[in-house]
Amino acid sequence: MALLEIRSLSKVYQRDSQAIPVFENIDLDIDTGEFLVLMGPSGSGKTTLLNLIAGLDEPTTGAIIVGGEEVTAMSRRQLAAWRSDHVGFIFQLYNLLPVLTAYQNVELPLLLTHLSKKERREHVMTALDVVGLSDRADHFPRQLSGGQEQRVAIGRAIVSDPTLILADEPTGDLDAKSADEILTLMQRLNREFDKTILLVTHDQRAAERGEAIMHLDKGVLTR
Amino acid sequence: MKYARLVWVNLIRNKRRTILTTLSVATALFLFVALRSVNTTLEEARHVGSESRMVVRNAISVVFTLPEAYYSWISTVPGVRRVTWGNWFHGIYQDPRDFFPSFAVDVDGYFAIYPEMVIPEDQEQAFRRERTAAMVGTGLMERFGWRLGQTIGLTSLIYSPEQAWPFTIRAVYTPLPGWTDEAFYFHYDYLYEMSDWVQPGWYVLELDDASLAATVAETIDEHYENSRYATRTETERAFQSGLVSMYGNVGLLMNAVGIAVFFAILMVAANAMMMAARERTGEVAVLKTLGFSDRLLFGLVLAEAATITAIGGVLGVIGAKLLFEGTNFQGAGLLPGFEVKLSTAIVGMAIAILLGLISGLVPAWQAARLPVAQTLRRVA
Ligand SMILES: Nc1ncnc2c1ncn2[C@@H]1O[C@H](COP(=O)(O)OP(=O)(O)OP(=O)(O)O)[C@@H](O)[C@H]1O
Ligand SMILES: [Mg+2]
Repeated sequence: MALLEIRSLSKVYQRDSQAIPVFENIDLDIDTGEFLVLMGPSGSGKTTLLNLIAGLDEPTTGAIIVGGEEVTAMSRRQLAAWRSDHVGFIFQLYNLLPVLTAYQNVELPLLLTHLSKKERREHVMTALDVVGLSDRADHFPRQLSGGQEQRVAIGRAIVSDPTLILADEPTGDLDAKSADEILTLMQRLNREFDKTILLVTHDQRAAERGEAIMHLDKGVLTR
Repeated sequence: MKYARLVWVNLIRNKRRTILTTLSVATALFLFVALRSVNTTLEEARHVGSESRMVVRNAISVVFTLPEAYYSWISTVPGVRRVTWGNWFHGIYQDPRDFFPSFAVDVDGYFAIYPEMVIPEDQEQAFRRERTAAMVGTGLMERFGWRLGQTIGLTSLIYSPEQAWPFTIRAVYTPLPGWTDEAFYFHYDYLYEMSDWVQPGWYVLELDDASLAATVAETIDEHYENSRYATRTETERAFQSGLVSMYGNVGLLMNAVGIAVFFAILMVAANAMMMAARERTGEVAVLKTLGFSDRLLFGLVLAEAATITAIGGVLGVIGAKLLFEGTNFQGAGLLPGFEVKLSTAIVGMAIAILLGLISGLVPAWQAARLPVAQTLRRVA
């Protein structure tokens, strides 16, 4: 069953009077539990597509439906609530809040829920355990290595148990060994926890960890 | 409450800026409380004087005097029960900047008319008996560390300023509420004896009935209208407010300067809030990807700004209250009963919080409207 359905999606940026089309009429289905890799040259629109799926940006035309809900028809407020429930986002530069500890960073999405402090604690510790950083809960981002920071960011992305994980070049800033650990972790999330993952990467080796590879080039998506 | 930590960590991430902003808000509020308290105290001072006491002064100005001969005629005016008089001595003890009010008074008549000063019986007798005796308020005794029985020298800015006048402190009075505890009184006779020429600065009348004030004033002022020393008779309350209004004009100026400084400080605070928010647009965008709503982020930024100004406000308001009341400040005797009113403290706190909300409004709005995709692109 398709978790994610993208229908005739187009994105055209407008800079001054000039129209910059990124892609036009893209169609794509992603099934629940799939681990899909998206590749493509720089500037081809991979980040743009991810942002659209997460409801962080609006398409020019077309529709995105996730789990039966039409994301592209939601208000800003509905989108925020929807993201909180269904999407985990992982960035190339981790984007942890430097003033919060690993624990507190992972806890952030749970603040939006009705969970009690105790319940939040259980969830956070579970997430930190999955990413292998239970012993670093009280460390601040600057006290962690890049790989560890990215693992905290993954912990933050999975803590509220979202359906969909979107990762934009999560290993782009890491050395080979750390990158490998991150990819193994993501594979585990997919296999063990049944997470649907869309991974953007430039790295062929990383791409091989996924179940299928798509290419976005010159506005055309091929699977 | 679960968001409190988020607000807090943002406040302490740039401690120096937060502390400076908080202190500038505290200064603004301190200023506000001080200035407003001067005004409310002046306002109160207008009500200190009794309605059944009147003051006859020189029509031109309080700094001009009145003939001694007026005493007998004024005493005969219907409705006047008692008359006494006093003079402004402008005495200085050691340091001219250490101002306090000093008066030469008609000792016999004065005590009868002014029940606001409480004096032990034996001290009153001792004060009356001795020409060079002085009666001093408890506050002034404390200020200069004087003792009962001590002889001190005052120089006057008005009478033979080249020499020091010896006085022996024979009485210490305790004021009733609203009366200054920093005044210095001595015998008019002593002043008279030691000066080439002196006459009363003003007369104080006690009326049979406060309702006679207008008639009495009219009778006296009409009687002396065309004389060399025309009079102006007013209730003591009006006289007091005339005295304090000299101070009051200063108050007005202080207010103008104060308001200017106050707003300058507000700008500083608002600017600091904006800077703090601008540095964190990337983090705001990240929070939005996690599902933080526009409304929540708006609230968080506002809360941050309001926390700073509320803390600053509390420091400023409490600081002013403790400082003025702890030191028993009374504006060198000109502002007896100086008090930071509860209403002033409340208005001050309201201003502080309002200031926080206003200075936080723009950054909060910006945070709420922040376009996530573009911002993330800029940050990454
Ligand atoms: N706000 C914008 N206004 C105008 N053009 C934009 C805007 N955002 C992105 N673009 C353009 O859209 C195109 C796609 O950008 P996008 O970031 O999605 O590419 P990408 O595939 O993620 O590239 P990379 O691999 O370098 O991350 C680029 O040509 C970019 O310059
Ligand atoms: Mg990109």
